[in-house]
Amino acid sequence: MSPNSTAVDVAATARVRPARSLRLRLRSRSAVAVLMCLPLLALIGGLVAYPFFYSIYLSMLNKRETAFVGLANFAYLTTRETFWMVVRMSFLFTFLAVFWKAVLGFTLAVVINALPQRGQRVWRGISLIPWVMPLALSSLGWWWIYEPTHSALNWVLVVVGISPKPWLSDPFWAKFSVILVNIWYGTPFFMITYLAGLKSIPVELYESSAIDGASAPQRLRYITLPMLKNIIAVTMLFSTIVTLATFDIIRVLTRGGPRQTTHVFGTYAFELGIATGDVPLGAAVSLFMFPILAVSAFFILRGIRQSTA
Amino acid sequence: MEQMEQSSRRSFLKTVAGGAAATTVAGVPHVARAQTKLTFGLWDHWVPGANDVLKGIVTDWGKSNRIEIGIDFITSIGNKLDLTAAAEYRAGGGHDIITLGTWNPTLYKDKLEPMTDVAESLIKQYGKFQENATYLNFQDGRWVTLPAPIGSHTYPLETRMDIWKKSAGVDVQEMFPADVKKRDRKKIDAWDWKVFLAGAKKVHAAGFPFGASIAENTDSNDWLGPLFASHGVFPIDEKGTITIEQDATLQVIEYLRELTKYMPKDIYGWDDASNNRWLISGKGSAIINPPSAWTVAKRDQPQVAAQVWHHDMPRGPKGRWRGALPFSWGVWSWSKNKQAAKDLLLYLSTREVQWKLITASQGYDYPALPAFFNHPVWQEIEPPKGGQYNYPVRGDEKLIVAGWPGKQEYGVQIYYKWLLPTMVGKVTSGGMAPKDAVKWAAKELEGYKRG
Repeated sequence: MSPNSTAVDVAATARVRPARSLRLRLRSRSAVAVLMCLPLLALIGGLVAYPFFYSIYLSMLNKRETAFVGLANFAYLTTRETFWMVVRMSFLFTFLAVFWKAVLGFTLAVVINALPQRGQRVWRGISLIPWVMPLALSSLGWWWIYEPTHSALNWVLVVVGISPKPWLSDPFWAKFSVILVNIWYGTPFFMITYLAGLKSIPVELYESSAIDGASAPQRLRYITLPMLKNIIAVTMLFSTIVTLATFDIIRVLTRGGPRQTTHVFGTYAFELGIATGDVPLGAAVSLFMFPILAVSAFFILRGIRQSTA
Repeated sequence: MEQMEQSSRRSFLKTVAGGAAATTVAGVPHVARAQTKLTFGLWDHWVPGANDVLKGIVTDWGKSNRIEIGIDFITSIGNKLDLTAAAEYRAGGGHDIITLGTWNPTLYKDKLEPMTDVAESLIKQYGKFQENATYLNFQDGRWVTLPAPIGSHTYPLETRMDIWKKSAGVDVQEMFPADVKKRDRKKIDAWDWKVFLAGAKKVHAAGFPFGASIAENTDSNDWLGPLFASHGVFPIDEKGTITIEQDATLQVIEYLRELTKYMPKDIYGWDDASNNRWLISGKGSAIINPPSAWTVAKRDQPQVAAQVWHHDMPRGPKGRWRGALPFSWGVWSWSKNKQAAKDLLLYLSTREVQWKLITASQGYDYPALPAFFNHPVWQEIEPPKGGQYNYPVRGDEKLIVAGWPGKQEYGVQIYYKWLLPTMVGKVTSGGMAPKDAVKWAAKELEGYKRG
């Protein structure tokens, strides 16, 4: 500013500077990136972060939500037989469902990848149908198949000379039934992810290994699986989290029965929080697995980072 | 405004009580009031046409009183009605008036406008409400909600009279005729759970078993609760003492171990509609249910419907009990038009309106006021003529919602944590020793007392 500047000039300059500075800032790529991310951040903040921290807060209140009780709700749960049954079922459900989804998804991906290019598209589309259908709707379809008295599946079994099964009336078969539906629903996710991974493996690796005389199982063990290692880890982690949070299938098919034996964390939390109005205890149930999942996620993701570094 | 509304309400009460009224052309009582708005979350009735009748009545009342009323019919399928109430309770906003499922007055009472004045007006005019409706709506010395006749229902025995007469030698039509004066006291006294078991064996042998669920659904509570009650078993008493560990509990479990031998094997996976399908399909000869099964049978299997007779439950050593699931109407505390909401609910509870609504529901809606049991619909509806006469309690049955008479905070857990069906199922399906199952139940009940 020159010594001859008037007070008016000074004021005008002061007005211009912030405006110009704002324009300059907006021109920088990072500022634009932040601005464009804001709606997404707001969504995550509102629909993920806030409910998460609010549920932690709720889980530390008494039943009437009038007093802070710390970890008392979690301690109470550990004394309940039904809760431990829910824990066991949640683990069994998740372990078996994720394992079979991974195995079947991988097998399907390998088979589809081996098909001629033109045929792949059709099979990819057909295989994805269970995954793109609304789960509540497809669960209703499964309910019709399993229906205790007029089961369509039992009708078929009887026709082919097999005795009917108590799909939803017996704890063993009810567990089998809900796990089967989850596998049916989730396998396409694994299939499509593994298929994408298979496509990214350079063909040259297979060609050179074939020249060296590697058999198909050897190619699978020494090329395909190592190349898909990270994808397998991520899909397993993602699916474990989602499967552990299952609600629709069990709510529609068994409502946690028979004798509460098919409850998982989600359905049991609903029963406690909504039906009996004990929201803090319901929140505690749904948060019970969070520390275990968080630690697992940390180590799996760290392993992936290290292997790609 | 408040003063004006008070005055209006008084004049309305006079109208209702005295019959003399400042009525409109349509015959709807008029309450002078400035333009106001009300929103009403109503249960979406499954009986075709029932919603339209109710909507017409509410809309006419609104027009007559210059009140704009928004109505939402909310289905109870998929727990939507319960979820709506839960969401509104937590959000502190939503409808002015909400229909609440059986146990919801207990869960949301701290955010509900007391309805004592309305309930007392009705009691003064029509007499006391049913005891179980009082238990659910009158809490902590006040009416937290008003018993809602719409959607309320009970669980009588629904029997194929032809099969039971032919195969078991039990003539339910003769025992429970469509005229209470023609009842033979001796025959009814003899109708107990032992006689029922003997009949169940015979209809099972004939290929038409009795069917009732023992699973995670309301129907299970609504027949097991009365069965245990009729033997004097109530899981928790009104003082909060756990009373399930007693010989009578073991006796009932043993009884059920025997009875379930003659029931379908898949009852442990049944839902609330399974017993309806069981009867309608023609496979079953008796269920415990409101007349909804009969209504569907009338449409789909009229030859089955023509043989269905609704009647009293069997008696136990401690009386005769029948399950019931009353609904309630609540006015949220945040409503800006509480008085208008109360006036509307009072109007809907009057005999004149109730008469129309019971007719529209084809007798499904069960009045909480015994004064309305003389509605002709239950005598006239057919086929068979008089088949629903005994849907309102005519004899010595007492209504119960499983969990009564324990404090409502415990009752809701007994009901929705499925204590009774789980305890019974552990023995009859899981092979657990009855004593161990009762011990398990007692331990569960200890947990329900968590504050």
